[in-house]
Amino acid sequence: MRAPVTHMLPLTSIVRERLLPIPGEVHVKLNQTVSPGDVIAEAHFAREHILLEVARKLEVSNQAADRLIRCKVGERLQKDALVAEKKGLIPKRITAPQPGRVVAAGGGQVLLELGESTIELKASLPGKITQVIPERGAVIQATGALIQGIWGNGRIDTGLMLSLIEEPDAVITPDRLDVSLRGSIILAGQCYDGQVLQAAAELPARGLILSSLPPSLLPLAIQMRYPIIVIDGFSRLPMNQTAYKILSTNTKREVSINAERMDRRTGKRPEIVIPLPVSQQPPEPRSIDTLAPGQQVRMRRAPHSGVVGILENIRPGLSTLPSGLRVPAAEVKLENNEQILVPLVNLEIIG
Amino acid sequence: MPASLVEGASLLAIDVGTASTRAVLFDIVEGSYRFVASGQAPSTAEAPFQDIGSGVKDAIKNLEEVTGHTLLDGGNVIIPTQPDGSGIDTVAAIISAGPVLKTAVVGLLSDVSLYSALRLASTTYTRVVETIGLNDPRLPEEIIDNLIRIKPDLVVIAGGTDGGATRSVQKLLEIVGLSCYLLTNDNRPAILFAGNQEMKKEVSELLGNLSSLLQFGPNIRPSLENEDLGPASRQLAQLQIGILKNQLRGTEELEVWAGGHILPSAYAQGRMIRFLSRAFGAAKGLLGVDIGASATTIAAGFNGDLSLNVYPQFGLGEYLPEILKYTTIEEITQWLPIEIPARLVHDSIYERSLYPTTVPTTKEDQAVTQAIARQALRLAIQAAKQYFPPEAKILREDLLPLFEPIIAGGGILSDARPGQSLLMLLDALQPVGVTTITLDQNRLLPILGVAGEKNTLLPIQVLESGAFLNTGTVISVISSTSFGTPVLRATLIYNDGNEVNTEIKFGNLEIMPLKQGLTAKLKLQPLRRADVGLGPGRGGIIPVGGGALGVIIDARGRPIQLPEDPGRRRELIKKWTWTVGG
Repeated sequence: MRAPVTHMLPLTSIVRERLLPIPGEVHVKLNQTVSPGDVIAEAHFAREHILLEVARKLEVSNQAADRLIRCKVGERLQKDALVAEKKGLIPKRITAPQPGRVVAAGGGQVLLELGESTIELKASLPGKITQVIPERGAVIQATGALIQGIWGNGRIDTGLMLSLIEEPDAVITPDRLDVSLRGSIILAGQCYDGQVLQAAAELPARGLILSSLPPSLLPLAIQMRYPIIVIDGFSRLPMNQTAYKILSTNTKREVSINAERMDRRTGKRPEIVIPLPVSQQPPEPRSIDTLAPGQQVRMRRAPHSGVVGILENIRPGLSTLPSGLRVPAAEVKLENNEQILVPLVNLEIIG
Repeated sequence: MPASLVEGASLLAIDVGTASTRAVLFDIVEGSYRFVASGQAPSTAEAPFQDIGSGVKDAIKNLEEVTGHTLLDGGNVIIPTQPDGSGIDTVAAIISAGPVLKTAVVGLLSDVSLYSALRLASTTYTRVVETIGLNDPRLPEEIIDNLIRIKPDLVVIAGGTDGGATRSVQKLLEIVGLSCYLLTNDNRPAILFAGNQEMKKEVSELLGNLSSLLQFGPNIRPSLENEDLGPASRQLAQLQIGILKNQLRGTEELEVWAGGHILPSAYAQGRMIRFLSRAFGAAKGLLGVDIGASATTIAAGFNGDLSLNVYPQFGLGEYLPEILKYTTIEEITQWLPIEIPARLVHDSIYERSLYPTTVPTTKEDQAVTQAIARQALRLAIQAAKQYFPPEAKILREDLLPLFEPIIAGGGILSDARPGQSLLMLLDALQPVGVTTITLDQNRLLPILGVAGEKNTLLPIQVLESGAFLNTGTVISVISSTSFGTPVLRATLIYNDGNEVNTEIKFGNLEIMPLKQGLTAKLKLQPLRRADVGLGPGRGGIIPVGGGALGVIIDARGRPIQLPEDPGRRRELIKKWTWTVGG
C-alpha cells in the first residue's frame, strides 16, 4: 500500500515553489542565490474601495451619468479631484473623497481603490533560483537537513538554532528562556504553558521548535510574530527520535523555519531547513512511497501517536485490532524493541 | 461472476470520499439487481497524490481482487462488458471529497429569499462565509472589500419573485459583479442564480464574463409564500461538480466514465430519500443520516418532499475541531463508557483532523471516536430539525418528528458492531414512537441515488434484496417519571403463538429477540401515562419486524437525561452497551 512520506532527513535536496497569491512583480533571476529573508516577489493590492453613486447623486439616469463622468479607469485621483460634473442652472460636482485610483467606471457608478498594501514573498529557504515564474514567484533549490512539522503559525524567519533540551521528552518552562537566547531559534521540546510563548516573544526569539503543543495554546501561538513549528502532535508528545537527532546535532547552525500552515490539498507543510554544504547534489526525497519492511514509519494515531519505529512485516489479509476492527495492518518495532500491530492507514513513512 | 441478463445491466458505482474511495458492483442475479461486492482504497484527492483517479483505480483493482472480474485495462474502465466477460456496462459516481466550498449567499429579504438561498447552499458541501441582503447595514464598498478578502468559491443569488422586483436584485448583482471584476481570473467564483427568472439575460450580461462558471436554476422563491429548493438544488449539485472539475484532478475522467452521471454524495443521498419517502407514503417522515469525514448529512423526506442539510462542521475529518464551536468537551465525554480525561479527548479531536483517514486501534480510542460521532450527529439533527415542515407529525415540540424508517450510514457506523451502531443512533437521534432503524453498512444509499439516474429498476431491487442491515423495530418510551419506575408492559407474540412478556423500567433499554425476516405482534401497555407514540398512556397491538437485534425498547425517556454523577453515568452507558451487544 502507498503511504504519504513525512520528510526528516539529515541531508537532502529541497525544491520549493514560492508563489504570490495574486499577480505581481518577481525580483529574482535564474541561478540567483537567495537567503531565506530575501523578498523574491511582491504584489500590490488595495484593501479598501469607495463606490461613488454618480447617477444617484446627480439625479440622472445611469446612461446620462456615464456621460458626466470625468475620470478614466486607471487614473489616479487626488483628494477633491473631479469625478463627475453636471452643468446647468444648478450645477453639481462629485469629487474624490480621498486620494485613490479609478478601477471601474460605468453604470452610473465609479469605483475607487484607496491606499495600497504590499505582499512581500520571502524566499523562506536559502538556495538557488532554478525557475522564475513570471508575475508569480520562483522555484528555489537548497541543500541541507529537512524536518517537516504538523502545524505552523504562518510565520517565517531564520537564525541561529540553540537548544534548551537534553532529551526528546523535555518540557519547556518559561524560566528557561533568558536573554542569552535573544535573536535565536529555540529548540524547545514539549510546551504546555502559554507563558513560554510570551517569554519567547519578549526576548525576542526568531523561532520556536516544539515537539507538541496543546490545542488550547494554538490561538496564542497564532498571535506570536515569530515562527512556531510543531513537529509531532497536539497531545503531550516527546519529539520523535529522528527529528531530535537531526536537530540536536545541528545546534548553533543557521536554520530557516517556514511555519506555514499545513495544506492537505497542496501538500504544503511547515518545515525547518538547515543549509549544509555538499560536494554533490543529493537526490530529492519522494513524497509518496509504498510501505515495505525495513522502512522507518511514524504512527499517526493513539496509543503510539507520533512515535517512530521500523516496519517489520506487513501482514497478509486483514488483522483484528483490539478495537475490534479488521483492517490491513503491519508489525512495527519501536525503539524499545516492543513490537506493535498498526493499521496501514495509521502509518506514514519517514524519509 | 454472474452474467448480465439484459444489455446495459451491470453497473460499477464509484464513491469518492474524503477518507476512502469505493468501487461498488451491481449486477443481475437470479433475475433481479443485487449488490455484488465492493472494493476500497484510501482516497487520493489530497497531497501528495492530488488526483482522485489514483484512489479510484486502486478501489477498482481491489474490487477485481474480490470478485475475480476484470474491470480495468491499462488504467481505463472497460465499457461495455466484453464477450470474454470482462468490463462493465455502465458507470455512475458520487463524490464528497474535495474542499468545502466557501460560499456567499445573496438575497433580498432576510426571511424570504436570503433565507431560501441559505437553505439552498446547505444542500451541499458549503461553508457560508458571507450573506448579503437588501437590508445589509454595510456600505456597498464594505461588502465588496469583504468579498475580495474572502474570495468565495461560490456565490448563490436568489431574490425577486417571478415577474417581481428587478431593481433591488440589480443592485445586489452590481455589488457581486464589481467584486468579481476586482478579483483575478483564477479567484473568480462560480455563480448560481436562482431568483427572478425574468432577469436571466441581465444576469448573464453582467456576470457571464466575471465568474468561473455561471449557472441558472429555477426560482427558489417563485412567490413570497412558496419555497421550492428541489430543482435549484439539482443545478447547485451540477455546479459543484463543475467546480470540482477545476479543483480536483481526475474528476473529469470519472465524469467521462460515468457518462455525466456524477453527483455530490449528499445530493444523491437526498435524491434516494425523496424517492423512498414517496414510496413509503405520508404517515410518517423518512430519515436518512450519514456521518462521514467530509460532513454529516441529514436527509428527511416528508410525503415526497425533501429536507436536505449538509453539515461540514459536524464531519469527522479535517473540520472536526469546528465541532467545539457548537459543543463542549463535557458534552462529548458524557457519552463515554470509560473514564478518559477531557484533555485527551480535546487533543484527539485535533489529532484526528490532521489524519482523517486513520482508524481507532484501541477500545478507548474507539469509545472516544464514537462519543464524538454521537455528539456530531446530535448537533446535526438538532440543527436540521428547524427546517422540517410544520406538517411533520410530532409527539412533542422539542422532540424529533415521527420517522419510519431511519436509514443510517457512514464509516463510523460501518466499522462498529450493529449493537454499537444502534446505540450511537439512539443516543444521537433520540427517535420517538415506533420506528425501524436500518444500517446502510455498505453505504449504498447515495450510490443508489445516482445509479437510479441510469437505471430506475436497480435501486428498488437492491433495496428489496437485503443489502441493508435491519437492526429491528425500536419502541421509544416518553415519560417523566423517576428512574427505575415501571413505564411499560410489553408482550411479543410470535407467529407460532409463543409469547415473551416483559416489564420495562424507566431508564432501561431492553431487547426482545425477533430474528431478521420474521414478523410478530407486540402488545404495548404503557404505565403512568407513558407515551410510545400512540398517545399518553395509550397502548395497543402493533405489527413488528425483526432484525439483527430484534425488538428494542428504549425507555430512557426523551430527551435522554444522563446521570450527572460520572461514575453512575458510565456504569449506565456500559449497561446499555452490554444490552445491545456492543
